[in-house]
Amino acid sequence: MLMSSDKKILYLVGQENIHKKPLPPFDNTICEFLNDLSSKIDKSKEILNYPDLKSFSFWCRKANIAKYKKDFEDGKVRMGLGLAFHITPSNVPTNFAYSFVFGLLAGNANIVRVPSTNHPQVDIICNTIKSLLNIKKYSKIKKMNTFIKYEKNDEITEKFSSICDARIIWGGDTSIREIRKFPIPERSIEINFADKYSFCVLNSNSLKKLKKKELKNLAEKFFNDAYLLDQNACSSPHLVVWLGKSNEKIKKVFWNEVHETVKKKYELAPINIVKKYNNLLKDVIETDNIKDVKRYGNDLYRICVQKIKSDIEKRRGAFGTFYEYECRKIDDISKIVSSKFQTLTYFGIEKSKILDFVVNNRLTGIDRIVPVGRALDIDVIWDGFDIEKNLSRIIDVK
Amino acid sequence: MFDINKLITIPPFSLKKKEKQKIMEDALFDLTYHHYKNCSKYQKILDGLNYNPKKRNKTSDIPFITTNLFKDFELKSINKNKIIKTITSSGTSNSELSKIFLDRLTATNQTKVLTKIVSSVLGNKRLPMIIIDTEESIANRNFFSARGAAIKGFSIFGNEIIFALDKNLRIKYDVIKKFCKKHTNKKIFIFGFTFIIFKNFIEKLLKKKNFLPLSKSILIHGGGWKKLIDESVTNEKFKNLIKKTTGIRRVYNYYGMVEQTGSILLECDKGNLHSSIYSDVIIRNNDFSECKIGQKGLVQLISVIPQSYPGHIILSEDIGELLGEDNCKCGLKGKYFKIHGRVKNAEIRGCSDAYE
Repeated sequence: MLMSSDKKILYLVGQENIHKKPLPPFDNTICEFLNDLSSKIDKSKEILNYPDLKSFSFWCRKANIAKYKKDFEDGKVRMGLGLAFHITPSNVPTNFAYSFVFGLLAGNANIVRVPSTNHPQVDIICNTIKSLLNIKKYSKIKKMNTFIKYEKNDEITEKFSSICDARIIWGGDTSIREIRKFPIPERSIEINFADKYSFCVLNSNSLKKLKKKELKNLAEKFFNDAYLLDQNACSSPHLVVWLGKSNEKIKKVFWNEVHETVKKKYELAPINIVKKYNNLLKDVIETDNIKDVKRYGNDLYRICVQKIKSDIEKRRGAFGTFYEYECRKIDDISKIVSSKFQTLTYFGIEKSKILDFVVNNRLTGIDRIVPVGRALDIDVIWDGFDIEKNLSRIIDVK
Repeated sequence: MFDINKLITIPPFSLKKKEKQKIMEDALFDLTYHHYKNCSKYQKILDGLNYNPKKRNKTSDIPFITTNLFKDFELKSINKNKIIKTITSSGTSNSELSKIFLDRLTATNQTKVLTKIVSSVLGNKRLPMIIIDTEESIANRNFFSARGAAIKGFSIFGNEIIFALDKNLRIKYDVIKKFCKKHTNKKIFIFGFTFIIFKNFIEKLLKKKNFLPLSKSILIHGGGWKKLIDESVTNEKFKNLIKKTTGIRRVYNYYGMVEQTGSILLECDKGNLHSSIYSDVIIRNNDFSECKIGQKGLVQLISVIPQSYPGHIILSEDIGELLGEDNCKCGLKGKYFKIHGRVKNAEIRGCSDAYE
């Protein structure tokens, strides 16, 4: 398939002639390729400077892909849809790579628009992919994939949209609305990751039983969930719901540990400190029922509320600002959960109880229930659906 | 309630730390409590931050609010019917406008204070005045832009005023030359915005090699260096080019925010910005603790003027550095400092902007 050339597009991997022919999902060559990609990135010198590269290479390692393959197989015969067009976020440097792997694993050819801002991680990953694709055994995959970079440009987005079999937009709502103006072919599908709201449930009774070291470990995990992406990822928690016996002391111990971690591992640019403080003042003005606001320097802000309403998902923390609410049982918060809710991170409560909470209250939201520390673990099941199955078609043979 | 008229007989740069501190603390206690009682949003902030406005505190302990808050909300401590002017500004990072509501008292106090501060440089007599801008910028009387408001504010120092630029911001050579001829060898007050002076005046004069005979004049300019820093024009370079094109040696930059019009911070003969008895400056570290002399940090500005809106204590988005207090070689008292420009934009991580 040929596309008219456009000077505004930079081809990081591949070129404008892309081979649109799909493969079966988890095709052996694909799995082998990802295995090579994983170990090659793992061996690169730069990996020491970029923990997110390490996470990516670890994620697409052989064992994990094999596990996905096993989970995927359900006896049905499948093929990739054809061509997937990925529009990935500009401020998470490695997200495009995950999106690419999702598309490839399902057996698709891929056009991946990488962030238009410069991230060294993007170059490292793209160069690694490029060099691997030059190996003869991957020539089939080589023809199927291209990584492009372009400044926001409606004409280009429209062109790629008009020829894809699947379009994947990594949010948020404004981007999705804008890109949706450009039609995709009638039979094509769209996967959109809309703006989401996430929160954390902690049980003070269980927290109380933790040894100092365990508590520190938990605080670090919480830090990773919230701070690693500036509390700005769809799965970063904005609200902490405390279950169990009301216990200010144990809350204090927990937050002090979080604060210690923030002091050690997190640094904010002055502009973002002003933004964070401004956001706090805004929240204080717009939120009723505030019981208390606690500030730990500019490292950590806590806004404790007496009552919680369904508009809580509009109150988003920035750079480490958390709403806090205390209740007796988890069912007390069912009224605030909307379809905007994505990840619930938990500690000290049975996951089956949380699942019951979602099902019995017939909630439209909460797509993920994961332990504290795993909020950012991206997976082929995301926002409530199986991306691999969505990006492939079933050939029904009778 | 604090009355600014009590200060008006004191020369603006004459008080030492201790004397000034007492005045500031009294004024800010009154102002903070006044806004707490009369602005419900401000009340929510102080309550939220656990600050008790009924207790007397050190100036540096009173919470500051951000400039962006004037964009997000309409903050006022007066009834709607008392508003005589609304000043708008696009000053800081986002594109929305901030709104400042003035009643008669605050507007009058702005003028009084500005007069006191500026006359320390210009003297007490009104002067012939050239405004390096277009008359269009003050066209609408009720809805002022910050630029228009500043021009209007400084116009009180002129007894015969001309605008140096036409509506397309081109130099009106004939008008200026006629004016210079009429006031040959007299002190002329020249006022304008730093960037407009540079782009639409100095650069044009340089290009045309058309220099103006203004060596007896005094130039006061403000409005920020952001765009000039991008063109790597420093204060020194600016002054040199002014001298080259107009002969003016006495050039004073001023620093201030639309939220605190009137109590501007004026450059002294040694090139340092000074706070007066109507204002104060605190430089803050990233954790908001106070910086020591010589440390760079976020600039917090204090003014005793604002009564119609809670803008008396504000955190700016500028980076500054305190150089000293009461001991500037120019002889003026008060804190003196330097502005290093606007905080740099920084990336925010997260996944919500795929199409940008």
